[in-house]
Amino acid sequence: MSDPKRPLPRADEFDTRDFWSATKNKEFKYQQCSNCETIIFYSRRHCTGCTEGNLEWKTATGRGTIYTFSVVRQSYHPFFRNQVPYAVAWIDMDEGPRILSNIVGVTDPMNDLKIGQAVTVEWEEHEDLCIPLFKPA
Amino acid sequence: MSQKRDAAIVGIHEYPSRDVEGEISPLQIKAESAAKALSDAGLNWSDVDAIYDAGDGGGMSGLNIAEYFGLNPNVIDTTGVGGSSYEFHAAHAKRDIAAGKAKVALLTYGSTAHSNARAIGVGGRGGGSMHPAENMDAFAGMTLIANYAMVAHRHMHQYGTTSEQLAEISVATRYHAMRNPEAVRAMEDLEFLDIRETTINDVVNSRMIADPLHLLECCMISDGGGAVVIASPEVARDCRKPPVWILGSGEATKYPKNGGDITSSAAVQSAPQAFGEAGVTPGEIDIAMIYDSFSITVLTLLEDLGFCKKGEGGAWVSGGRLRFDNPNGPALNTDGGGLSSNHPGMRGIFLLIEAARQLRGESTSQVKDARLAVAHGNGGMLGSRHSAGTIILGRD
Ligand SMILES: [Zn+2]
Repeated sequence: MSDPKRPLPRADEFDTRDFWSATKNKEFKYQQCSNCETIIFYSRRHCTGCTEGNLEWKTATGRGTIYTFSVVRQSYHPFFRNQVPYAVAWIDMDEGPRILSNIVGVTDPMNDLKIGQAVTVEWEEHEDLCIPLFKPA
Repeated sequence: MSQKRDAAIVGIHEYPSRDVEGEISPLQIKAESAAKALSDAGLNWSDVDAIYDAGDGGGMSGLNIAEYFGLNPNVIDTTGVGGSSYEFHAAHAKRDIAAGKAKVALLTYGSTAHSNARAIGVGGRGGGSMHPAENMDAFAGMTLIANYAMVAHRHMHQYGTTSEQLAEISVATRYHAMRNPEAVRAMEDLEFLDIRETTINDVVNSRMIADPLHLLECCMISDGGGAVVIASPEVARDCRKPPVWILGSGEATKYPKNGGDITSSAAVQSAPQAFGEAGVTPGEIDIAMIYDSFSITVLTLLEDLGFCKKGEGGAWVSGGRLRFDNPNGPALNTDGGGLSSNHPGMRGIFLLIEAARQLRGESTSQVKDARLAVAHGNGGMLGSRHSAGTIILGRD
């Protein structure tokens, strides 16, 4: 029996499929409206800032900071129960998008991580896409 | 300030068992609670002309629930926004009654979350989804508790809030639960260890579930349900119990925003609507029925409702302020709350029920001469997308 796997996003979800598709090349994509300059993330087909939206895809550097995080000590999920303790965090990318992810590459997350700390994307490879995890910069 | 008295809570029932051992269904809990709440009001099934339902009985409830109850309502409202659905329902019932569309509104709730061993409090998340927001979040393994824990952590970072301050909320609700025989039985049936009043040390020394939230800062997972009957002034006048007037209401949702502030909730939007309509201020409130899924939920909501300034909640709740016998008040969750009495998944109906008990003088932790209450429900997840329903209640 194979080990339980991380739950992966659907590649066919209409609004976010282009974001996930770009992760194959380890690119972190986000949208910005050329009409009103609103940053759109998660990606969508419409601009949430104006009705004359023209959304352009941009590529983030992968750098950001920890807005907040928690260390999960208890989970009943078949994959995550074997990962505890692990850090879940909201990351503010330097370009503006805020993304929910995990912070990896630390031995003691509660003591090794701090709110406001600089992090950088660490791609976890899967068959059809990559998952944007983060590690201390 | 003229207060409108368009509709009142006239009947209430809280289903007494928190562990039905898989023997009855959510729909059956809803129907039994409805009958008892109607009886409490001195009304009958045939008086009901409006139904509000959050879909907790399963299926397409707008189509099914009237048939199950055997009613022919003129108003059918299936607003489902999670745990605060019942505050939304109370707001809509008041609006529909004031508009002359209905005279007697029925709100019901039933859940067998405990029997189903649904891991509301400690589970993980599933895989990807055809909803775009969920399709972005699923990979990270954010448990429900971690979602709230991230609010708590940011609150601590931004304002210096401490675990000891958050623990005040758990201690106050347990203090009230120990005076409520149904809450004590709930904790026994759900096999709580060491059922007694707690101290701040008990809470901060309990097991860490998701930093910085400890076990005793997390709600229970119970079975349960209840019903609320809301009526027009003409009907209310002839009911068996004194009316509990809905003086104001507010609704809102909030969701993650790039660069947004996670430490404040949708209550920032719903509370001014409700207090403004009622013409009262937080300082006048005797009873604060605030959705206590976790300690941080209450602290955040107290600030956002305007009881104190943003970031000052920690100091404000300190010193046992929220206990029913503390004259500084308000009294918090005097039934024992979701932390220590009843949390089958969507607790919002119990906020209305216990507020009504207080304003009738029927609580097991009765505040002497309680006149004004706020019931504030939070649905969804505080740290991401959530709903806020604020209801201000008053007696004659
Ligand atoms: Zn635009």
